[in-house]
Amino acid sequence: MNSPGARDITTALVIVAHSAQLAEGVCEVAAQMAPDVTVRAAGGTEDGRVGTSIPRVEAAIRTLLDEGFGVVVLTDLGSAVMAAETAKELIDEDSRVTVVDGPLIEGSVAAAVAAQNGYSHRQAARGATGPDPRHIASAATPEIAAAPVSEVEVREFTLVNEVGLHARPAALLARTIAGFDAEVLVDDVDGASVLSLMSLGRTQGQTIRVTASGPGASLALDAVAALIESGFGEGSGR
Amino acid sequence: MERAHAVFAAERVALIELDRAIGDGDHGENMDRGMTAVAKRLAADAETSQETPTPAALLKTVATTVMANVGGAAGPLFGTAFLRAAKATDSVSAPDGELDGHAVATALEAALGGLQSRGKAEVGEKTMVDAWAPAAQAAREAAEAGGDATAVLAAAAHAAEEGADATVPMIATKGRASYLGPRSAGYRDPGAVSTVLLLRTATEAALELSAAAEAAAGEDAE
Repeated sequence: MNSPGARDITTALVIVAHSAQLAEGVCEVAAQMAPDVTVRAAGGTEDGRVGTSIPRVEAAIRTLLDEGFGVVVLTDLGSAVMAAETAKELIDEDSRVTVVDGPLIEGSVAAAVAAQNGYSHRQAARGATGPDPRHIASAATPEIAAAPVSEVEVREFTLVNEVGLHARPAALLARTIAGFDAEVLVDDVDGASVLSLMSLGRTQGQTIRVTASGPGASLALDAVAALIESGFGEGSGR
Repeated sequence: MERAHAVFAAERVALIELDRAIGDGDHGENMDRGMTAVAKRLAADAETSQETPTPAALLKTVATTVMANVGGAAGPLFGTAFLRAAKATDSVSAPDGELDGHAVATALEAALGGLQSRGKAEVGEKTMVDAWAPAAQAAREAAEAGGDATAVLAAAAHAAEEGADATVPMIATKGRASYLGPRSAGYRDPGAVSTVLLLRTATEAALELSAAAEAAAGEDAE
C-alpha cells in the first residue's frame, strides 16, 4: 500500500484521549489518511473508565521508541496533556518525544500525513499545532514581519488540483516549504505547518498568496509553483 | 503513608462534596483510590523487601502509584510533585537516608516546581499551588531558622492550611472550577485541601517517628 515515492517513515503517533473508543476512532481516521504510519491508541483508564492512565500512555510511547520511531503524542483535554507530559518525564527521552497541545482530530490527521511524508517527530508536531487565532497575523514567522519589504517576495497561485489544500497536498506543500532556507507564509499562516495550511480550507480554483523571505525565498517560491502547477501529483490513481 | 490512606478514606466524602460544589465531584474519589493503592503498594513492598527504602525511593514509589491510580488532573499533578520531590531528595539526603530540615524544604520546593511546570498555574488562581507555594516558602524559612524535618513539615502544613483558606474568596482561573467563573468563589479549592491533608499527615507521622526515636534513645541511655 506504499504510495509512489513514499519516504522512509521515522515518526509514529500516540493518541491520548479520555475514552478508549475515542482514541481508537482517531487512530482509524488517521490511518485512512496515512496508511503506512503507526498510530497507537492510549485512551481511557486501566479499568476501562473515562479518564487517562499515565502507565498506559508511557507503555505506548516506550513500545514505539523501542521500534525506533520518534513519537508525536496528541491529546484531547487538559488533563490528557498533563498525563502525556508526565509520561514523557518518566521516560526521560526528550529528544525523541513531542507532546502536542492542540486540536486532537485535525492535529492527528495532520501529524499522520506529515509522518507519511517522512517528517521527523518535531516537524510533524509543528504541523499538528493549529494556528492560534490570536496570533495568525504573526503566525510563526516574526522574521517575515521584520524583513525589509525589498527582501520579501510575493506570488499568487491558483489551485488546479481537485481537492485543494486537503491533508495530502497540504503536507506536500508544507514539506516542500520546510526544505528551503526561507520563511514562507501562505495567506498569512505558517507555510511549514500542515495544520495551518489545512485550516485555510482552500479549494480547487481558489488563489493563494505566498510570501517568502530569506536566502532561499526565490527557490522556495519556484518549488511551490512547480508543485501547485503539477496538481500535487493527483490523478495518479488514489 | 498508612496514615495518609486513613485520612483520605475519612475525608473522601468532604472532598467529594467540595469538588462537587465547584468541580466534577471526582477529586475525593480519586485521592481516596490513589492513597488506598499507595498504602497497599507500600505494605506489599515492606513484606517483600528486608531493607527500609530511602526517602527518595519511597517518594518515587508513591509518585508512580499515584500516577497509575489517581484519575483526573490530580494524578499527573500530585504524581509529578512526588516525582520531583523524590529526585530532589535523592541529591540532598544524608548518607544514612535521613532528611534534615533543609532537605525537606528542598523536596517541597521541588514538588511546587513540578506542579507549576505541569499545571502552569500561578499563585492566586484557586488551585493547589495556593497551598503548596506558601508551604514551600514556610518550609524554607523554618529550615533557615534551624528547624529539623518535623518542624519544617509542621511549618509547611500550617502555611498550606492558611493558603487553602485563602482560596475561599478567590475566583478560579485555572482547572475545572474555572468553568464556573465567579460562582467558584465561596469554597476552598479541593486540591489545596488535599495538599493540607497530605502535609498535615506527614507532620503527624514525623512527630511520631521522632517521639519513637527519642524513646528508643532514652532506653539506650539507661
